Amino acid sequence: MMDKGHVIEVEHLTKRFGDFTAVDDISFHVSRGEIFGFLGANGAGKTTAMRMLTGLSFPTSGKGIVAGFDIWTQSELIKKHIGYMSQKFALYGDLTVQDNLELFAGIYGVSRRDAGQRIDELLGRLSLSHERGSLVKDLPQGWKQKLAFSVSIIHKPEIVFLDEPTGGVDPAARRQFWELIYEAVDEGITAFVTTHYMDEAEYCNRISMMVDGRIDALDSPAALKARYGAGSIAEVFDILARGAVRSE
Amino acid sequence: MKEFFAFVRKEFLHIFRDRKTLLVLIGLPTMLIVLFGFAISTEIRNVNIGFFSPQEDAVLSRLADKIDQSGYFTSVGWMRSEAEIDEAMRQGRIDVALMFGSDFTSGLYSPEGAVVSVVTDATNPNNASMEVMYLASIINEYFGSDISRSVSMRMAASANMSSASGMLVPNLRMLYNPQLKSSYNFVPGIMGLILMLICSLMTSVSIVREKETGSMEVLLVSPVRPINIVLAKMIPYFVIACVVLLNILLLTIFVLKVPVAGSFFWMILVSVIYIILSLGIGMLVSSLVRTQIIATLICGMIFLVPVMMFSGMLYPIESMPVALQWFAQVIPAKWFIEAIRKIMIEGVPVRYVTMEILVMTGMAAMFFTAAVVKFKDKL
Repeated sequence: MMDKGHVIEVEHLTKRFGDFTAVDDISFHVSRGEIFGFLGANGAGKTTAMRMLTGLSFPTSGKGIVAGFDIWTQSELIKKHIGYMSQKFALYGDLTVQDNLELFAGIYGVSRRDAGQRIDELLGRLSLSHERGSLVKDLPQGWKQKLAFSVSIIHKPEIVFLDEPTGGVDPAARRQFWELIYEAVDEGITAFVTTHYMDEAEYCNRISMMVDGRIDALDSPAALKARYGAGSIAEVFDILARGAVRSE
Repeated sequence: MKEFFAFVRKEFLHIFRDRKTLLVLIGLPTMLIVLFGFAISTEIRNVNIGFFSPQEDAVLSRLADKIDQSGYFTSVGWMRSEAEIDEAMRQGRIDVALMFGSDFTSGLYSPEGAVVSVVTDATNPNNASMEVMYLASIINEYFGSDISRSVSMRMAASANMSSASGMLVPNLRMLYNPQLKSSYNFVPGIMGLILMLICSLMTSVSIVREKETGSMEVLLVSPVRPINIVLAKMIPYFVIACVVLLNILLLTIFVLKVPVAGSFFWMILVSVIYIILSLGIGMLVSSLVRTQIIATLICGMIFLVPVMMFSGMLYPIESMPVALQWFAQVIPAKWFIEAIRKIMIEGVPVRYVTMEILVMTGMAAMFFTAAVVKFKDKL
């Protein structure tokens, strides 16, 4: 059923918690090498949808294929082929930069020799080679986030899931962060990004907008702006969110 | 397997980077052993004693010398009057006084007997009764061996009335701990306390910390199996617990000079079972709570305080109300301390501690099963 060019395929995915339908029958696909923006207000169901795709929870109904594996039966295999960067900064502050990178290389089963090369390469990209031995807690926030991103792609995953990766970072650092995402995409990694910042949505190839657990719009930023006659993605979002029942 | 070792390595890094905590973990048992061994002691030593007798008497001054030389008491000399004794007691120069009646020595041979009063400062009742006991036994021994066995002596202690009859000489034998060293009692208790502290408290806090900081989420998305995350956490604490165990044993044997009477092998084995049991508790707690503070409180209140109260370290379980005695049976440390006491101090063969070993193994199995059932693969 899966298109060769699709790394994520979701059909009629639904998640209910009791009476509450967090994710309501969503269907979409993400192409290989794409930057896919996953937008929506708080409580719209983004995080729940992402947890199902990353193998953290099972859907109530519906089908999903991630990196070629079924979300119902092959979540362990999915975990090996995806990367994940959490909204909360989640590297170990009391370990050094090098320790953190080695740890995740180990966890994802990267061989020792490959890990050494990959770590050099990633640190070079961040210009952080001289900070190898520093404790992560001593780094500035912007650097920590870039480091967390590097950790999430250390095993060259097929897809990297980024959950609000640029929260709490100044605009300049956010732009640098997006450059990193572009570099990763050049390596052939697909990026699945959730974000609050509507200006960031413009950087994506395609974006989906979730309202009340449904995907109300899904297209390239330019096409969406044209369809809703809006000047920016933020305006499109306002138009769609007006109909929302769930408030924050 | 490779990811597992990457994870174990990380846990060791966490612990060794946190020098202060490591120092506390290793230093605390050392401190407790030294503190309990030398400073806190239920034995009496160098208690200041004053004497009073209406007449000078060579026999009595030799008795005073003997008391002074015993090591338990330090003589501050002979007082001239009862008023002076009273004065010295108030000033705190003496803690106990021995007042002989008139014609004490000749009274020893008369049918009416001789009278000696022991006056003690009973502000600390334990010490006071201990002092009376020690004095009575020194006096008894002195007159028993030096003069004659058929001496009848009546003693009246003004603080603690006790009378001993010279006719009846009880032959006391203190088994297993002939010198009545208090270290025999508290070493197993300290082991129970410290090992529980390291294994349950430290492990659960370290697991819950990952939940709190959000790194657990990243780990759950990774291919590491959740059960391996927890097992990897336990290994370093297991190693530290073993190091601390050896540390306590070495201090006990070489510094406190408490010999291990029974089998060293079984003592270590019982300790390892207890360590595993405590790790199970830590794992269960960490799967139930979400914050480090709650984990600390639960481990502290539910597991550490009862170790102190119900392990028999401070109060003997046998003298508690029946309900509390039953409650003591569910305290893991109680069984451990009992087993260690039997092996280490009494030196009994292992078949006498089968019960304790079985109970602990059962408890360990129970905690681990509960923890694994409770531990959710999916958040």
